[in-house]
Amino acid sequence: MPSAKKTLLINALLVTTLIFSACSSSKTTSSSNSENASEQRNNQPSIAELEEIYWARIDSSKMNFTEADVKFMTGMIGHHAQALIMSGLAPENGASPQVQTLAARIINAQKDEIASMQTWLRDRDQPVPEVHIDGLNLMIHGTGMDHSNHMNMAGMLSQEQLVELSGAKGKEFDRLFLTYMIQHHQGAVTMVKTLISTDGAAQDEQAFRLSTDINVDQITEIERMKLMLSKIESESKD
Amino acid sequence: MKLNKLTKTGVFKSVWIFLFSAALMTYACSSTEPMMDVDYTSPTVNSLSNVDSPTPDPRVGLGAGLFDAEEAIWNLNKLSSTPPPEAFLGVTNSDLAFKGKYAIQGNYNGVLVWDISDPANPVLVKDYLCPASQSDVSVYGDLMFVSGEGLSGRLDCGTEGVQQAVSDERLRGIRIFDISNIEEPEYVANVQTCRGSHTHSVLKDPNDDENVYVYVSGSASVRPEEELPGCSDMSPDDDPNSALFRIEVIKVPLSNPEMSKIVSSPRIFEDLKAPPTHGMSPADAIEIEKARKAGAFIIEFNGQETVVPDRFVAQLMTNALGVEGEPTAADSAALREQLPAIVARMFGGGDGDGEEDDRGGPTQCHDITLYPEIGLAGGACEGYGLLLDISDPANPTRIDAVADSNFSYWHSATFSNDGKKVLFTDEWGGGGQPKCREADPMEWGANAIFTIENGKMKFQEYYKLPAPQTSQENCVAHNGSLIPVPGREIMVQSWYQGGISVFDWTDPNNPVEIAFQDYGPIAADRMANGGSWSVYWYNGAIVSSEIARGLDIFELEATPYITQNEIDAANTVKLDYLNAQGQPKFVWPKTFALSKAYVDQLERNKELDNAAVKMARQSLANAEAANPKVRKKILTELADKMDGMASDNEKVKMLAESVRGLASNQ
Repeated sequence: MPSAKKTLLINALLVTTLIFSACSSSKTTSSSNSENASEQRNNQPSIAELEEIYWARIDSSKMNFTEADVKFMTGMIGHHAQALIMSGLAPENGASPQVQTLAARIINAQKDEIASMQTWLRDRDQPVPEVHIDGLNLMIHGTGMDHSNHMNMAGMLSQEQLVELSGAKGKEFDRLFLTYMIQHHQGAVTMVKTLISTDGAAQDEQAFRLSTDINVDQITEIERMKLMLSKIESESKD
Repeated sequence: MKLNKLTKTGVFKSVWIFLFSAALMTYACSSTEPMMDVDYTSPTVNSLSNVDSPTPDPRVGLGAGLFDAEEAIWNLNKLSSTPPPEAFLGVTNSDLAFKGKYAIQGNYNGVLVWDISDPANPVLVKDYLCPASQSDVSVYGDLMFVSGEGLSGRLDCGTEGVQQAVSDERLRGIRIFDISNIEEPEYVANVQTCRGSHTHSVLKDPNDDENVYVYVSGSASVRPEEELPGCSDMSPDDDPNSALFRIEVIKVPLSNPEMSKIVSSPRIFEDLKAPPTHGMSPADAIEIEKARKAGAFIIEFNGQETVVPDRFVAQLMTNALGVEGEPTAADSAALREQLPAIVARMFGGGDGDGEEDDRGGPTQCHDITLYPEIGLAGGACEGYGLLLDISDPANPTRIDAVADSNFSYWHSATFSNDGKKVLFTDEWGGGGQPKCREADPMEWGANAIFTIENGKMKFQEYYKLPAPQTSQENCVAHNGSLIPVPGREIMVQSWYQGGISVFDWTDPNNPVEIAFQDYGPIAADRMANGGSWSVYWYNGAIVSSEIARGLDIFELEATPYITQNEIDAANTVKLDYLNAQGQPKFVWPKTFALSKAYVDQLERNKELDNAAVKMARQSLANAEAANPKVRKKILTELADKMDGMASDNEKVKMLAESVRGLASNQ
């Protein structure tokens, strides 16, 4: 092509390139705020690196635990499991709708907490108690604790008391359930207190959180149950 | 043409014609009916009774991932997603507060200060390392307050934790910072409390410019006496100084924050008797009536009507009446007659009120929302929703208390802007458990909406995230705030890994979801803690603190359920700062957006007919395009017309008032 036209074409291309590069750079300088932001992003690790850091930190945060934390989790799993047995009796034993709602809530909450505690132990390479419930019988496998150990925890019902509860119906069941569950919950609160009175315990965030949640929920339930119980007891005096 | 042909008369005539036409035109232009109507666009407006939400719900089945999870979003625009700085990554991000152009994000490692003046590009201006859980943050003036309750929080902000059960190095309470230079917060004071601070709320007394008050909510275990003298966890009957059953009120002298101290520990939980259960919602009452008409057996139990399930009916027929085989009509009649007596025998008669019981009630509040402009506070206190009078900030008193018959243990409260409604949230499971699974009841881990009538709370309805979440996603109702759309109650709320949900609770019996966003679980194979801890509206931005993923910022999208006018009206509210637990009262300046928003709402609810809506829109459009003098005229006339149409329709009156206000500003 004629050189004049060629020059024109090259110039046009140059200008076009200049325009495009000018346009793209102007994006990042449009405001100092976004400039800082994009600079920050350029200095930040990539998504893959961020994820690596994240998971590494999560893992290392799990290493900050003590024997007391392990004992708490292990024991509380068995403790919760008994609450499941007690609460499971409510529907068939003709409990009042209120007690049935409460029992359902206890089952849902404590089942999930058992799973959380098992995960906590597993993550820290500790023996994980597996819960097996057969009627009124509670069996804990996998911790090297013998069968009878878990019965000694604060607030736990004896087998006789469990049998007594399972034989009660209607209003009598309500009364016994509330009485025994209050005692059971108070035991859990005691276990939390023991935990936090121990040096180094509950430094681990998950252990603190779980134990605090258990503490708060069960204290709340104790108060509600006391009220329900006193209502029943005042009615039976009439 | 010769000049002398244009006689004086001819010119005179044409001048007069000219002047006359000019006058006519001027008159025409300044008349109340403009010669030309201005074009305007009508928004599409749909009723909330028929929300066209995406089906199937896209929040179900989202793929997992940390920073690359699948995402579902509806009626929201995401402006940015910013991960935490490296030193704070893998550590829980918690609550948010706002001051000026800054969002202050709590993190269990300390505090992050973000410049969000460009919400699409948040800039981290400071990451302050000072570990404490939960690092709940608030601001007032040049002060920032941070909550700590965990056992590893240190007075010196160290990261090594505190190994002794009793230690003078431990901080459980409130940290106070001077943020006059927000990019360099200065730790100036702390106040230790017996149970630490799970959350806190800042109250500015309108009558006191020298101090602010911090209400401390502590729900963790009481510290040993040896660590903090005066802390007792005995029952108040045994020790009147018990740390149980009270909240702590800290007085902070604004010019000398280092002198901050606890000034009172009001026992707002005294003598809480058998909690009045909230009773039947209006929806329940309708169900009962339907069941009654269909021939079901209804009994009154604990003061509440309940339908007897069929299998119990069958049992009763057999056991109580000795019926064999199919019951006859006579049998049914007999059972109906005998039911009250049977129930009385089984469960004890009456509703058992008036008994003096041992201390029943909560020992602490999880969270307290203060609404000083109306003198009320809502306390979510371990199973009770309390209504408090805070006209004397150092001495709050209890006005009313409700408990939930579904055993919801409320954790926080939000008032409607006019203070006539309150919403309590049930953070069942503490936020670390998956409570939004298919099988989890919709009344648990949800919001309970109440109206407030004469200082009494009356239950209306529950609201829970409609989309089920997996067992790998911790999910329950958590923190949120009102979006200041005038004339409606709209809230944006976090649900942890359930994502965020925007819902309208203007009709307390029919809360409706109108927008949402959700990620897939952080991990496909385990429950990893994450999701939105808090999401708040602040000056047009919807800011979410994502526990694992950082800071997400959204804005509303115009839809038939919230029009652009309504969004614009909401954005006329400008806050200087925001602590969600210190609820601000929204006041809307008189703008065109405000008036147009009301028109949209009147159309949506069919409170104005089409002709009136059209007329109002045209007038507003014409007014907006006109010069101030004409504008004032058009608006005044419109206001008059609306007043004329109002009869007793509150919203039409609000429209009239808003238009009139706009007119007087011209």
